[in-house]
Amino acid sequence: MALPYYVSPEQMMADKAEYAKKGIAKGRSIVAMECADGVLLVADNPSASLHKISEMYDRIAFSGAGKYNEFEMLRKAGIRHADLKGYTYSREDVTARSLANAYSQSIGSIFSVEPKPLEVELLVVEVGQGNKPNEIYRISYDGSIIDEKGVAAIGGKADALLTFLKARWAAPTISLREALRLSLESLDTVTNQKLGSEGLEVAVLDRTRTGRTFRRIGSSEIKALVA
Amino acid sequence: MSLFLDPYGSSFYDFLAGRRPEPLPQAPPIGSQPTPSGAPGPAGLLAVPHGTTVLAVRYQDGVLMAGDRQATEGFQVAGRRIDKVFKTDEHSAVAIAGAAGPALELARLFQIELEHYEKLEGEMLSCEGKANKLAQMVRGNLPMAFQGLVVIPLFAGYDLKRREGRIFKYDVTGGRYEETEYYSTGSGGKDARDTMKQLYRRGLTETQVLRIALEALYNAAEEDVGTGGPDLVRGIYPTVKVITEKGVRDLDESKVAETCNALIGERREKV
Repeated sequence: MALPYYVSPEQMMADKAEYAKKGIAKGRSIVAMECADGVLLVADNPSASLHKISEMYDRIAFSGAGKYNEFEMLRKAGIRHADLKGYTYSREDVTARSLANAYSQSIGSIFSVEPKPLEVELLVVEVGQGNKPNEIYRISYDGSIIDEKGVAAIGGKADALLTFLKARWAAPTISLREALRLSLESLDTVTNQKLGSEGLEVAVLDRTRTGRTFRRIGSSEIKALVA
Repeated sequence: MSLFLDPYGSSFYDFLAGRRPEPLPQAPPIGSQPTPSGAPGPAGLLAVPHGTTVLAVRYQDGVLMAGDRQATEGFQVAGRRIDKVFKTDEHSAVAIAGAAGPALELARLFQIELEHYEKLEGEMLSCEGKANKLAQMVRGNLPMAFQGLVVIPLFAGYDLKRREGRIFKYDVTGGRYEETEYYSTGSGGKDARDTMKQLYRRGLTETQVLRIALEALYNAAEEDVGTGGPDLVRGIYPTVKVITEKGVRDLDESKVAETCNALIGERREKV
């Protein structure tokens, strides 16, 4: 009788983590930043129709980096989770924290049980109502969850972006225009190329709006804001 | 086929219906209703509040939708201030008549359905698509309709492709019929339709169409005991929404009140 090969749990986890990191490192990056108008999300995305940033609920947005089919599946599951919760209870009971927790649980259990981990990183962002602070959650391929303040980045160049932004981002009182310029500068610097407005996907959770606060910023508006 | 791997597609309604335990309203088995009179069937049904008259009229900018504010339970007034006209997304609205509980639930579920689709697919359903989805949801209520809990919505949307307002009416089986001019449903629906038939013409302005809608509701309230007229003591007037290219908008309550009062003034002079 042939014995199955023994692989130590440490080795197995390390291999899975390395595999997932490699997959994510190939993907383009996304930046989230608090500003006076709410929370800005900027993605390096050459496609105008395959989105990396999406509306999740009234005050919550989602963004995924890594393998498209995997984060798209997670995005749909998240929207179902949010809509079901809002329907069962009330719209105000849908929170980014609960969504981030659900993502963390699912991604974490896939990481430890399935042979292939998910090659994704997610951002779940909620804009605060009134004087309440914003919330930014970053969820990694292994289900670990980080509560970010001010700025966050995911994708291949996440660490470099975060270092760049942490040194320059001042306070959540910066205007939308300043936040967009800083995000573009960070993406341009880290990727060593000039990303035009066509190569970007930009959206904002607008604090001043009531009801659904998510708004996409199109290429002409990006040009006007950056000019 | 791989496209069918995801069993729920982009529909929230199908997602809910596919989950266990079922969160959608379920009809009790036939014959299990409380029968205080001892007689089986609908006579033994518990009295539940009913929404009464709602209407939709096309005009030059789109569609105007209006509804009276009363909920009626048998011979009693169950509510004086209920709203029966709901904005369902930026370019559509639903007005409901029939058993108030399931009807309000249907309107709420339909709102979520449209938003859910828009979020998952990244674009809004077409006007026709919304009308068809609502038909499926009305059909889903058929077992309850057999037991007396009938829900009949009226759907109005602005078709952004055709650049015109459209009205759809339904029957209990989920039958969907497009109306080209106006329609009204509910217990006072026929009276409201008779009025609109006399007054309607093509290319009405917003002021003209508001007047016609309020006159139709006023006549329905006069002829039908279930429909509530304007309540001058409490200052309760019909709900009025317009659906145009710019979106769904509530008409100013002061404008509705003013038009109602002018109408009542004219009636007073006649008698």
